[in-house]
Amino acid sequence: MTLPKHPRTLLVIITEAALEKSLARDVRRLGAQGYTVYDVRGAGHSGTREGSWEADRSIEMKVICEAAIADQIAEHVLEHYGAHFGLTMFFAEVNVLRPSKY
Amino acid sequence: MIDVVVLFFLLGLFARLAKSDLRLPEAVYEILSIYLLLAIGLKGGIELSKHGLVDLLPQVLAIMALGFAIPILLFPALRLLRFSQPDSASLAAHYGSVSVVTFAVATALLDRQGVAYESHAALWVAVMEAPALIAGILLARIGRLKDVRWGELGHEVLFGKSVLLLSGGLAIGAIAGVEGSKPIAAVFIDPFRGVLALFLLELGLVAGARLREIGSFGPRLVLIGLLFPLILACFGAAVGLALGLSVGGITLLATLAGSASYIAAPTAMRMAVPEANAALSISASLGISFPFNVIVGIPLYLALARWLGGDAA
Repeated sequence: MTLPKHPRTLLVIITEAALEKSLARDVRRLGAQGYTVYDVRGAGHSGTREGSWEADRSIEMKVICEAAIADQIAEHVLEHYGAHFGLTMFFAEVNVLRPSKY
Repeated sequence: MIDVVVLFFLLGLFARLAKSDLRLPEAVYEILSIYLLLAIGLKGGIELSKHGLVDLLPQVLAIMALGFAIPILLFPALRLLRFSQPDSASLAAHYGSVSVVTFAVATALLDRQGVAYESHAALWVAVMEAPALIAGILLARIGRLKDVRWGELGHEVLFGKSVLLLSGGLAIGAIAGVEGSKPIAAVFIDPFRGVLALFLLELGLVAGARLREIGSFGPRLVLIGLLFPLILACFGAAVGLALGLSVGGITLLATLAGSASYIAAPTAMRMAVPEANAALSISASLGISFPFNVIVGIPLYLALARWLGGDAA
């Protein structure tokens, strides 16, 4: 027997820790029911971010939601933070067991 | 002789430049910085309990005005050096705001040399931060003040970790007084220098990383990183002299004026002026001015204060 699964979109946002509060507020406002944040470190276009002190921290935020909401969030994030903050975003198709949660 | 805590800073710097794998866990950095802010606040607060706060009001207002004035003075100079408006405002705010650790290193030097200073000096640190950040935001947003989310920024500035812990420590110290603080002295007062040394090791590692990036910003950043502390320290010393501070007090105020923030200012500026290049301000503040102040600047400011005289405390 296979478990019934439901397709949803996973949106991953990797950016500066300074944005955590604003992002958390934005994704809820745009319709996501929840999110998960990790502390991360790495390097890219905005230089190396080692996360060893306040201004050097980065986060990864994962949001699982309907595809249309993920698009809205991504569009909003690009428009508001894309120009001035280190930012990486990508989508993945995932399957969830309890669709009402996402 | 160079102060022992500064040697820890040099060790961190060396480790970084030598590409050592030494790295303090983030949680340790966090704990050390919370400890230092609270301990500095407490020490000032305990002393504050001996004075009336009202007597100190004119002094505190003058020092807040100093914090507000510094970015306004620096901004035109930065524009002349062809930094963009957001970058100039952000750099100006970093230099108007203060570095608590630079202050702690200066008090360590004064203690070692037996130079007395105003015991409530931690209060100056707590009140100098916010006015400079506000001035920086105003400078970045000239003509577009409507765009600034003041409520959010006010919250960030007043309840941000550094101002909250410093003021909280001051309040606790002032309420508990000398007697009341005795039970916690073994943690918050006595081991202070050792913890400061450990924190400076970590800052050496962080500053070393910024130092390697400075090349990409060109000579004008090195110029301001070295000249701003010297010019601002003279300015701070003059205000200290006018306020009738002791030699130690003038040294501390010169150090505060010459120091640049790397905790509160980067966070506040990132939110308020996102178009400013954050790496530029941090490289100047932490990569150039912080090492300069800690190694060369503070002894110079003490010499300047001694030359100016000051009230014998």
